[in-house]
Amino acid sequence: MSKRDLRLKINELSSALGTFKGLEIQVGRIFEEDWEEPLGPTPFPSVGTLRSWDLKLLNRYKPFYMPFCDLCCLCTFGKCDLTGDKRGACGITMAGQQSRIVLLAACIGASTHAAHARHMLNHLIEEYGRDAPLEVALNTNVEAPHIRLVCGFRPKTLRDLEDALDYVETQLVQLVAATHTGQEGDNLDFESKVFHAGMLDHVAMEVADIEQIATLGLPKGEPDTPLADLGFGSIDTSKPVIMCIGHNVLPSVDIIDYLMDHDLFGEVEVGGLCCTAHDMSRYDKRAKVIGPISWQLRFIRSGIPDLIVVDEQCLRTDVMIEAKKIGVPVIATSEKSCLGLPDRTGDDPDKIVEDLVEGRVPGVLILDPRKVGEVSVKTVMAVAPRRAGFKTLTREAVSEMAKKCRSCMECVRACPNNLPIMEAVQAAAQGDFEPLAALYDLCVGCARCESACPVDFPIITFINKAAEKEILNEKYLMRVGRGAIQDVEIREVGRAIVFGEIPGVVALVGCANYPAGGADVARIAEEFLKRRFIVLVSGCSAMNIAMTRDEDGLNLYEKYPGIFDAGGLVNVGSCVSNAHITGATIKIANIFAKRPLRANYEEIADYVYNRVGAVGVAWGAMSQKAASIAAGCWRLGIPVVVGPHGAKYRRMLLGRKEREEDWMVYDARSGEKVYVGPAPEHLFYAAETVEEALVMIAKLAMRPNDTSKGRAVKLSHYIDLYQKYYGGMPDDLHLYVRREADVPFTMRDQIMKALEEAGWVEGKIASPDPTLVDRLVRRRL
Amino acid sequence: MSAKMTLGQTAEIPGPKKAFLIPKPDVAAAMIKRAKRALLVVGSEASNIGTKDGDLVGYATRLSKIRNVTVAATGHLIGEFRKRKAEGIHTTPLMNLGDRLRDPEWGGLDGAGPYDLVLFAGFPYYLEWLVLSGLKNFAPKLRTISLDRVYQPNANWSFGSMAEEEWKEVLDKMITILEEGD
Ligand code: SF4
Ligand code: SF4
Ligand code: SF4
Repeated sequence: MSKRDLRLKINELSSALGTFKGLEIQVGRIFEEDWEEPLGPTPFPSVGTLRSWDLKLLNRYKPFYMPFCDLCCLCTFGKCDLTGDKRGACGITMAGQQSRIVLLAACIGASTHAAHARHMLNHLIEEYGRDAPLEVALNTNVEAPHIRLVCGFRPKTLRDLEDALDYVETQLVQLVAATHTGQEGDNLDFESKVFHAGMLDHVAMEVADIEQIATLGLPKGEPDTPLADLGFGSIDTSKPVIMCIGHNVLPSVDIIDYLMDHDLFGEVEVGGLCCTAHDMSRYDKRAKVIGPISWQLRFIRSGIPDLIVVDEQCLRTDVMIEAKKIGVPVIATSEKSCLGLPDRTGDDPDKIVEDLVEGRVPGVLILDPRKVGEVSVKTVMAVAPRRAGFKTLTREAVSEMAKKCRSCMECVRACPNNLPIMEAVQAAAQGDFEPLAALYDLCVGCARCESACPVDFPIITFINKAAEKEILNEKYLMRVGRGAIQDVEIREVGRAIVFGEIPGVVALVGCANYPAGGADVARIAEEFLKRRFIVLVSGCSAMNIAMTRDEDGLNLYEKYPGIFDAGGLVNVGSCVSNAHITGATIKIANIFAKRPLRANYEEIADYVYNRVGAVGVAWGAMSQKAASIAAGCWRLGIPVVVGPHGAKYRRMLLGRKEREEDWMVYDARSGEKVYVGPAPEHLFYAAETVEEALVMIAKLAMRPNDTSKGRAVKLSHYIDLYQKYYGGMPDDLHLYVRREADVPFTMRDQIMKALEEAGWVEGKIASPDPTLVDRLVRRRL
Repeated sequence: MSAKMTLGQTAEIPGPKKAFLIPKPDVAAAMIKRAKRALLVVGSEASNIGTKDGDLVGYATRLSKIRNVTVAATGHLIGEFRKRKAEGIHTTPLMNLGDRLRDPEWGGLDGAGPYDLVLFAGFPYYLEWLVLSGLKNFAPKLRTISLDRVYQPNANWSFGSMAEEEWKEVLDKMITILEEGD
């Protein structure tokens, strides 16, 4: 739906049907228009609408490309060698090609969320009707900040979400089209389109989460959601075990419903992996969270599941082979992932169960979630007793096999984290399982080592065996995802965030491709919780945080409250719940600062960028969805830090802090252009070590709008972390201290000395009412 | 990390333009000697990688004494140099450095002018691979050398994959030549 479509607004209309007030007619669809806020400048923005805003950011944060491949093979002119200043047969440059691949990744990510949202919406409309109301969060008026901001309407029912998704889908087609041979040629224009894909992604995620919250009764922003069990040890293996993998909760919900309706919940264990697990636990906290996405193979190989149900996204595409190894059937539930299985949606459930139990088929595709519920429960109850004798490898067998190691190192070369697999295998051959067990926490479960091994060792199974004791004791508590941040919470902390008195909002999101284990995520979270930042978490990161305990046996969920306030640890939920994190920054601009929200993207992004000290951290970012989620943050002016594997996204958005001319803003009070220093320094940044990330996160929380008190608090954390891990004083303090009042009191002498050495001049850095957007200057002197 | 690692990761497959092999340490030493301003960038794994000077941190400290060589530590490695009271070592995030190295106008970490030769050592394999790819493609004038024990195809020059002891010898030989000529 573009803003060029027919739009007719009638203040009052009397007709035979009655009198209508505030009636708006748009391409045949009637909006009841009772939103008093006037429509902003950019409803349903098309690909180029926000280009000038994007270029403002992209001129500050220039892309640094690190090509992952020097060739392009996208059309039959190719392969083309694009190295250096060469061009492809279509004329594209290496920079153009890299940005094009980034755009493709962002489109894949956004399309995945949009398709997920659409699939759920179609189903939920069937179940609950188009007029089902959207009650999303307690004490909340702004139910859908992204839809309001981007589309310019307030969704009230499921029907309204269809409009938001229609828009997202239409735009995504435009973006993918831009990647065709001989379309876009300029790398910055590609990047602007990446930002567009990111913005669309956050709308799609918002649709996906609010539709499930409103209809399935997931938590509505309560800070004190219950604690759910997490880990292998939370599964009662004496019962039949259903393992649900993926991101789309509908099949799992129907499994849970079937169990409840038939009074079987106590007899079957339902455990989830990845975001499906989050959303299952939001639906019913008795559902078990097995762990993050990287545990898929690990859990299958444990032999514990008696049935595997897959929905969508981040699945192991070799799940059929893995399931066969442990002798369990698979139920696929999404058209996006049919796995070569026969579509049995229309068949009699009992017949399907019989075929699965008797092993006549290795799995089935069932596209009706209700039928999935019934077939899953009946199947698992029949399959489990037959698998009672299933045994994994013994230690002795592992030792024997390991003796055949050829010392070829192929496993190590294939391992993304360069883990000492060969040494560990060879130690196991000698009966020492410690080195293998030590890999357990560091392994991301990719199985590249297995695929490389010339003697086909099941290395993940070896590691499982070595760490068996640890695995079976793995039982933690995770605070269930709460969904949105309530308006009333925003009202209470908005001021402290915008003035910098709460030193920042750190969002730990994304996948589990960690360079050195998930404990690093808990470490980052704890460092900032102790410093009274607000820490938000979602997805696999939210699970990994649960798995680190202190000496008293408590994890961070048990030590920090779930409030959106200083020192709060807020689990929003699954991947799609990430929309609530960016949504909260939008709500700060709207609810606290009273900036108009409706179709007013540029102004709100300008506000968030200059004032809200939020930093996204995706320490184990792996997927294309993580790329599009990050892109949605960039367009809103929120910097994102990734771990070292994140460099494989092949481009960073980096500021040059030493270039004064890059850090000029308008003072909205005078129209004057003033220098504000490099805050935030980067928009997309890969840190090499977790310590480097800690220091950078603290620094990226600074914003031009910080009050002196706020800047002093932020500087004190930056300096303290720097001293802790680097030793000495940061060499860029003179770029962040605007006046003496900004200097943290406790380190005053040291800092003043460093400033003097750097030739710092008080007042050179201004404290304006900052904006990058000329039209937002309120008064010109 | 594996002490026995000899080859690069599976992803070492080079593009059409790939690093020349440094046949012997004298060649690397000659290239450094000829440089106007050389920069050695040491990564976060340096303190876990053994050399004849103890580890790569010790080696880098020694190399920092060569007249035309500046040393920069990335990640939080500078903390290690500072603990050992090594003087004159710079610190920079790897991403900041890669970004600036492609700018021929950049004045260097000390403001004294651009570098014409950059050496890398002590990184996770893929991270060095990527940054060298960025420089190969976007810093055409800059010469890059990988001093790691594994072949890095995106550098201009790289050692071939070597056994640990051999590599330690090679590194030591290279620095000894430089010290003798200084
Ligand atoms: S899209 Fe362009 S660069 Fe890629 S293969 Fe075709 S002609 Fe070559
Ligand atoms: S499965 Fe684990 S050990 Fe094997 S390659 Fe992947 S990360 Fe390395
Ligand atoms: S790949 Fe297999 S055979 Fe080769 S070293 Fe590793 S475990 Fe041994």
